[in-house]
Amino acid sequence: MSEYGNQRTIAAISTPEAPGGIAVLRLSGEDAFSIGQRCFRSSSGKAIGDMAGYTCAYGTFLDANGADLDNGIVTVFRAPHSYTGENVVEFSCHGGLYITRCLLESLLHAGADAAQPGEFTQRAFLAGKMTLTQAEAVMDVIGATGERELRFAHAEQRGALFQRVQKIKDQMVHCLGDLAAWADYPEEEIPAVTPEQLKTLLKAVEKALKDTLSTYHYGKILQSGVSAVIVGKPNVGKSTLFNLLSGCQRSIVTDIAGTTRDVVEERVQLGDVTLRLWDTAGLRETSDAIEKIGVELAQNCLQNADLILAVFDGSMPLELTDFDILKQLPQKPMIAIVNKSDQKMQFSSADLAEHCNFSQILTMSAKCGDGLELLQNAIEQLFYNDNIAPESGIVSNTRQKKCIEEALQQIRLALDALEQGKMLDGVTILIEEGLEAILTLTGERVSETVVDDVFSRFCVGK
Amino acid sequence: MYEMGSYDVIVVGAGHAGVEAALASARLGCHTVLFTISLDQISNMPCNPSIGGTAKGHLVREIDALGGEMGRAADACFLQSRMLNRGKGVAVHSLRVQADRVQYHNYMKQVCEKMPHLEVKQGEIAEVITENGSVKGVVSSLGGYYRTKAVIISTGTYLNGRIHIGEVSYESGPDAALPSRTLGENLRNLGLSLRRFKTGTPCRVHRRSVDFSVLERQDGDEKIVPFSFSSDASTMKNQVSCYITYTNSETHRIIRENLHRSPLFSGQIEGIGPRYCPSIETKIVRFSDKPRHQLFIEPMGLQTEEFYLQGMSSSLPEDVQLAFLRTIRGLEHVEIMRPAYAIEYDCVDPTELRATLESKKISGLFGAGQFNGSSGYEEAAAQGLIAGINAARKIQNLPPFMLDRASSYIGTLIDDLVTKGCEDPYRMMTSRSEYRLILRQDNADFRLMPLGHELGLVSDEKYQRMLEKYEKVEKEKKRVQMTTIPPTELLNDFLKKHETTPISTGVKVAELIRRPQLHYEILKPFDPSRPNLEEEVTEQVEIQIKYDGYIEKQLAQIERMRKLENMKLPGNLDYSTVHGLRLEAAEKLNAHRPQNLGQASRISGVSPADISILMIRDRTEREEKL
Repeated sequence: MSEYGNQRTIAAISTPEAPGGIAVLRLSGEDAFSIGQRCFRSSSGKAIGDMAGYTCAYGTFLDANGADLDNGIVTVFRAPHSYTGENVVEFSCHGGLYITRCLLESLLHAGADAAQPGEFTQRAFLAGKMTLTQAEAVMDVIGATGERELRFAHAEQRGALFQRVQKIKDQMVHCLGDLAAWADYPEEEIPAVTPEQLKTLLKAVEKALKDTLSTYHYGKILQSGVSAVIVGKPNVGKSTLFNLLSGCQRSIVTDIAGTTRDVVEERVQLGDVTLRLWDTAGLRETSDAIEKIGVELAQNCLQNADLILAVFDGSMPLELTDFDILKQLPQKPMIAIVNKSDQKMQFSSADLAEHCNFSQILTMSAKCGDGLELLQNAIEQLFYNDNIAPESGIVSNTRQKKCIEEALQQIRLALDALEQGKMLDGVTILIEEGLEAILTLTGERVSETVVDDVFSRFCVGK
Repeated sequence: MYEMGSYDVIVVGAGHAGVEAALASARLGCHTVLFTISLDQISNMPCNPSIGGTAKGHLVREIDALGGEMGRAADACFLQSRMLNRGKGVAVHSLRVQADRVQYHNYMKQVCEKMPHLEVKQGEIAEVITENGSVKGVVSSLGGYYRTKAVIISTGTYLNGRIHIGEVSYESGPDAALPSRTLGENLRNLGLSLRRFKTGTPCRVHRRSVDFSVLERQDGDEKIVPFSFSSDASTMKNQVSCYITYTNSETHRIIRENLHRSPLFSGQIEGIGPRYCPSIETKIVRFSDKPRHQLFIEPMGLQTEEFYLQGMSSSLPEDVQLAFLRTIRGLEHVEIMRPAYAIEYDCVDPTELRATLESKKISGLFGAGQFNGSSGYEEAAAQGLIAGINAARKIQNLPPFMLDRASSYIGTLIDDLVTKGCEDPYRMMTSRSEYRLILRQDNADFRLMPLGHELGLVSDEKYQRMLEKYEKVEKEKKRVQMTTIPPTELLNDFLKKHETTPISTGVKVAELIRRPQLHYEILKPFDPSRPNLEEEVTEQVEIQIKYDGYIEKQLAQIERMRKLENMKLPGNLDYSTVHGLRLEAAEKLNAHRPQNLGQASRISGVSPADISILMIRDRTEREEKL
């Protein structure tokens, strides 16, 4: 019998690897106390293993050779009363990169293994300390870069999505309960379940699921930013804008139309706004083979983007061909940017608005960097809807989304079946399928797919 | 003690479980003896004189397909037959019959008496003798020693039975039979965890004291569907009617005012009663807002004036029973012949059993029926059949016979009992099966008869007939899927009349059958090439076409379920060493020793997170082997 389990004691630097005031290293596992003891000498002389849970001790951290490294605090958590449910020691040391790395090395030298990404959370989940959605949320916290994201991730950790889904689940269980009682007790006076009642109940469920699903878009934007594509006629300043936003010369900028041939992605921070920016080859028919590949890629980007930034050259009079490009675009939020405001402008925002339905029209100079704030505000208004309270729970990853979609699909099939006048025994099966998907989301039902899906993110293994 | 010979299989108790067990064992060629405290109680129905009902009807059909007796007996002794839930879809159609209680007993008694290899004996079994954890024999209360390698305990409510009527209580089996007094203690000493359950039954009243003229009458179905594949519907006729009446606020007031005299509420009864079959006093307390409760008045047989009051089981004192019954319309002058009573009895924690119904602790000891914590004749018979088959196969050194949840209600019932266990007498319900649309009562023959035939319990002739039936079904299904009906004015008028869309191009007959507003039979005038087929064949064609989307969905669910069932768990694993499992889960897993992850996932106290851990453990191991 091979050994499975968390016999390994793991260690990692838990604070960002950047200079700071203090840093925290975490050690978790059966041997956390003895391993920790090899790297620490307390001022009181008390051994870590003798300390009570939730207590701290001041002392000296030792490096891998046993030499003094730094002074600081250890905090002891005793199993099962810790984040992972195991024995945990946290080392708070001074936040220099060198010190924290030396201390980690010392812990590894003393017998700990380096923790895999998310491994502490994985252990916490396995110890029954959190639900699946909470565990997922922690992974989102770990990946969180902006303040807003963190707020949502914390709400998720408190189970906001779980609670939201719980309510939907209760409605479905209620439906099924009525159906079961009615079918199983034909000789009791159980009120008949009529297709009309069932339709009303299921429509409410459908709406709740749809609303929940619609938060995914927002969740995705919070997590990975707004994906935006810059489009425009050749030489209106698309790459200049791209470079301005990304702060470096990624695209080859020339005055010759069609010199941008690849699709370049750049993660850009505009205040609180995270943009995933795609610079595309000029959207025009071309016979050039290489450029053609670029154009196809660009079409792909357009399909998947959240936002289109349509750039116009303000220094040239508007031509009809300026709008040809826009006709090819899929229906998306679109911001018009009238570029080259540093030169004499040949048309006004109003002229543009006459031709096309833009979410916003801004004037800026990509070359000088004027108008960047306007752009930021416009994007915030479009995508960062502060009306969505983090506490209401949002769908933040594709696994959750798939579960909700599956549930929604089954409920819609059930509604269709009712509409067609089909028998309720079949409709019941569909509602049960929908419920199954919801239970899979919350982790109340296991399936191998879930384990695969979630734990691939937790780097499960040896 | 004196030697009384040697048997392959010994069955203790001749109720619905014991009789099926003994018949199956004997039919499989085992020298079998069936013990009963009273020969006059064989296959007695101490409660409802009825067989079948929701989900229970499915069980009877499945018992029949596997070669059991209950379906044939019910068809032979029925007084009224109804298919319940007709309007609610085929998955929940359930057959239920009123049966003649005395005739049913006589029928089963004689089947047992005539069965080769089977001896039927009156006698109380006082003790099971074991050696090194294996069954060796049983001893009767008279001191007779009967040697055997397999014992099936199907003691029903006899085991330490105690009847309660109001403040009065006394040791008794059902229907004034003697209880089994020493076997319970003996089984406890052998290490079984016995516990106490309770059930109850209503009054029997005299026909002449009921005013039927003011009651709602309920007749049987015009067209009778038999339980058994072997029965001929054309010879079956309804002979009686049942009647419906209701309790009222006065009934409820009397019950409420006398609750303190009910042993249920005074604490005199410690046994746990069936949640899904509550006494009238429990119903009134639990559903206090319900203004009335329905009761059925059903005849007990053709040669008796006794009537049964379904829905009115009670343990209130006799005087209270009379008082509250006389408040009910039609029962104003009712004459009670047998008072209602509650009965407590010993039963085993079924999680101590394997899916074969053999004890995990004592080799060769099987349990069936109420002894395993279930309630109901049909649940009992189903388990009896499986226990009898497995006892016989054990004696014959054949592999065990087990049914999984996707195969049958019987498999679902046994899986629920042995993996989830039960906190109150377990009743089968359609909602307990997640594969309802596949496990229908109408296709039990198709699902299980091949197994019954292979076991040797179903004759070649019967099996061949089943195969022929489904060949015809396949052929006709293909035909309606291939045959096109052209759009004619006549057809479109017909479609409009049935509130469904007219057609403009030719459509397949199957497409029209699929429409909820239409069915196979009424399309006959537009389907000239239709052969003349038995109704049991066309019924299957219709169901398979109408439900094919759902059926496919359920097949996919079964596939998923079987994946978990196929992830085997090592028999020797000590779960307390698996890190990450919660203590409760490790304890439960060590106690149940599930054979696979699917089973493990159904054990109460084992959470999905625990299953994820076992899954990951399994995966890590597989990876390590690579």
